Amino acid sequence: MTPIVEARQFGVQIGGNAVLREVNLGVRRNEILGIIGPAGSGKTTFLRCINRLGDLEPSLSTTGTLSLDGTDVFSPGTDVAALRRRAGMVFAVPNPLPRSIYENIAFGPRLMGTRSRDRLDEIVERTLRASVLWDEVKDRLHTSGLKLSGGQQQRLCLARTLALEPQVLLLDEPCSGLDPISTAKIEEAMQELKKQLTVVLVTNNVKQAARASDRTAFFLMGEMVEVGDTGDLFTHPRDKRTNDYISGRFG
Amino acid sequence: MKQDNAIRLSLLGLAMSAVTALAVITTFILKEGVPVIFRYGLGAFLFGTEWKPTAEPPIFGVFAMIAGSFAVTAGALAIGVPVGLGSAIFLSEFAPKKVAIVLKPALELLAGIPSVVFGFMGMLVLLPFIRVHLGGPGASVLGGSAILGIMILPTVISISVDALRSVPRSYREGSFALGATGWQTTWRVTLPAARGGLVAAVILGMGRAVGETMAVIMVTGNTVQIPHSPLSPVRTLTSNIALEMSYASGEHREALFATGVILFVIIMALNTVANTVARLGKRA
Amino acid sequence: MRLPPRFVHVAMLGALWTVTLVAVAALIGIVGWVLAKGLPSVTPGFLFSMPQASGAEGGIASVIAGTLFIILGAVAIATPLGVGTAIYLVEYTRESWVTRVIRYGADCLAGIPSIIFGLFGYVFFVITLGFRWSILSGSLTLALMSLPTIIRTAEVALRSVPQGYREVSYALGSTRWQMVWRVVLPGALPGIVTGIVLAIGRSMSETAAVIFTAGTVLPDGIPHSLGASSRTLAVHFYLLATEGDPETQHTAFATAAFLVLAILVINVSAYTAMHRFLARFR
Repeated sequence: MTPIVEARQFGVQIGGNAVLREVNLGVRRNEILGIIGPAGSGKTTFLRCINRLGDLEPSLSTTGTLSLDGTDVFSPGTDVAALRRRAGMVFAVPNPLPRSIYENIAFGPRLMGTRSRDRLDEIVERTLRASVLWDEVKDRLHTSGLKLSGGQQQRLCLARTLALEPQVLLLDEPCSGLDPISTAKIEEAMQELKKQLTVVLVTNNVKQAARASDRTAFFLMGEMVEVGDTGDLFTHPRDKRTNDYISGRFG
Repeated sequence: MKQDNAIRLSLLGLAMSAVTALAVITTFILKEGVPVIFRYGLGAFLFGTEWKPTAEPPIFGVFAMIAGSFAVTAGALAIGVPVGLGSAIFLSEFAPKKVAIVLKPALELLAGIPSVVFGFMGMLVLLPFIRVHLGGPGASVLGGSAILGIMILPTVISISVDALRSVPRSYREGSFALGATGWQTTWRVTLPAARGGLVAAVILGMGRAVGETMAVIMVTGNTVQIPHSPLSPVRTLTSNIALEMSYASGEHREALFATGVILFVIIMALNTVANTVARLGKRA
Repeated sequence: MRLPPRFVHVAMLGALWTVTLVAVAALIGIVGWVLAKGLPSVTPGFLFSMPQASGAEGGIASVIAGTLFIILGAVAIATPLGVGTAIYLVEYTRESWVTRVIRYGADCLAGIPSIIFGLFGYVFFVITLGFRWSILSGSLTLALMSLPTIIRTAEVALRSVPQGYREVSYALGSTRWQMVWRVVLPGALPGIVTGIVLAIGRSMSETAAVIFTAGTVLPDGIPHSLGASSRTLAVHFYLLATEGDPETQHTAFATAAFLVLAILVINVSAYTAMHRFLARFR
């Protein structure tokens, strides 16, 4: 089977500086791919290119190709809004919109024109269950999303993204500010979710990648140094730089 | 994408409204006012001291009005600038925090008081006072200056306070560390650093004074003459337009537009200077 | 002779206290004077009855109605233009010569004296377009005057909506317009409304620009069309005040007191709303 996300000789320049250089990386269907690397290694930029959120940086330009399910995401005809529904993203900082829990989740479906109350109710319940939040909020769906705790907010953001019914879930350091219990709940949700979709998990936390991902890729200074099964990469890294990083010598 | 571009273009259309309005206003004022200036002669129009719009043939000389606007504005600045800048310095540098928090918004709110109310107060209280205690008819350059001087206070104070507050605190700390008193710090460090913004505040206050109409009509007497003392009645450029607009026609009306052109040029020059000074001040 | 620095400091502090008190006393004194003289005559009967004897007697109901119509008209015209401009500047473009031209235009418009607006409104709306002295001409003129205020406050309000909300909206698959309409505008609404309210306050206190465009006709009933001429409260007050007739003075004071009170209430609510709005995102 072809990879769901595939980068070939993919490079990114922002304001003339190369942020990513000649990345070759395929993400397999229904896997959790962890991406690790120190700050400034280009891992978040890579993630934000998959759903073209990088476009918000006007000076960004790319070389090579990056494709989602066989189509080039940077081709001129791309419907960016549709692309972003297929590759849903959860950000590092929980960022619910200033409206109710229900409306946060209904936001995406409503953009698509879903009006039916029954249909929206069903989506809200299903996504909240999938993100392990339903039991905590089912009695207060119409209170502000901003009133939840940080960990709950992040799970709400996950549910909101799932409501788009994406093929790929892009997680940008989703647990960086969370307590261990919330982190565990999100990791639990990921394991369940990979049955239907593919997860790309960017993380600063090497242990999280080791725990949660099937395969892991290591990025350093704009370069994809190596990728492999998580077990192999952490026990027998091929590259010395990978070894230095995972054993905590820098970053 | 097509839809996005369509929306962008419609919004650009809306965004052009301000520029278009400015262009149309400028064009109309110039079109109505400039021909008569050149028919009559720029020198004669600007420097003629007689204004007899209904005489046969009519005489259009606006020099007395230019002098009137100048005198009233200068007087307003003489009263409004020391008081305004002084209050601004006090509010930003020396006032107890609680006092500043109450007074600054209070002064800004007073910017909304209609100018005709200021004029009315001038008419009923200030002019009789001038007539009784200083002599003359009451309605005068002094009356106009006093009322405008008070009217420009909120503008001058609010912009000056913002300029002073934008001076980095480290400047003041550096000066205090060298043993300067509060006033020395203000005079030698803070004021020079905020110079650009303070000048802009004064110029914008000046623009308000030059452009004010109804309050000025109520307190200056509106006699067409070059003022020879602060107690003489005068007519300003703005009053000239407002007083005669309702019955002017033909060349007379054009001459009022020509008065508007002079006013327009003065205001645009002031605004450009204020913008430039404020920008240069920010850069320094 | 050189005075000791400490002495200069104390002397200057005293001088600054004094000028500040003078400034505050002058401004508050004028407001207090008008309110004290006029408020006692502001009775329900005065507000809700029609003027008689050219305004010397009776109330100001029709003038209040005329003012309302003119100002609502101005707001209805200026709001879409001003908010549209701000949305374009903040959401649909980057800084370039175009945005500089737009901002320069708004700044210049803000600096034009009201008598010039009156003059322009008179030739353009009243005569050239044939709208005569009417509520319509007055509204259009005031709309042009309000435009810079609305543009500026709406721009501040839009910029104060956190960038993260825009990212989220995009990440959830919205188009730019969906993002603006569903996320940014609701967030910026309180700030935008504040700007509109400020513009209403300015328009209410305006005289020179309306007197030549809406005319000075004292309506004897509630104006019934956009083409009717009408005074605003400020114009009504100006005409009463300058008649020099002691008979009209008490109605002049009452009108002024009501006008000042209304403007203060409007401005205070706009001011506090703006502060609360800006504090929300800090």
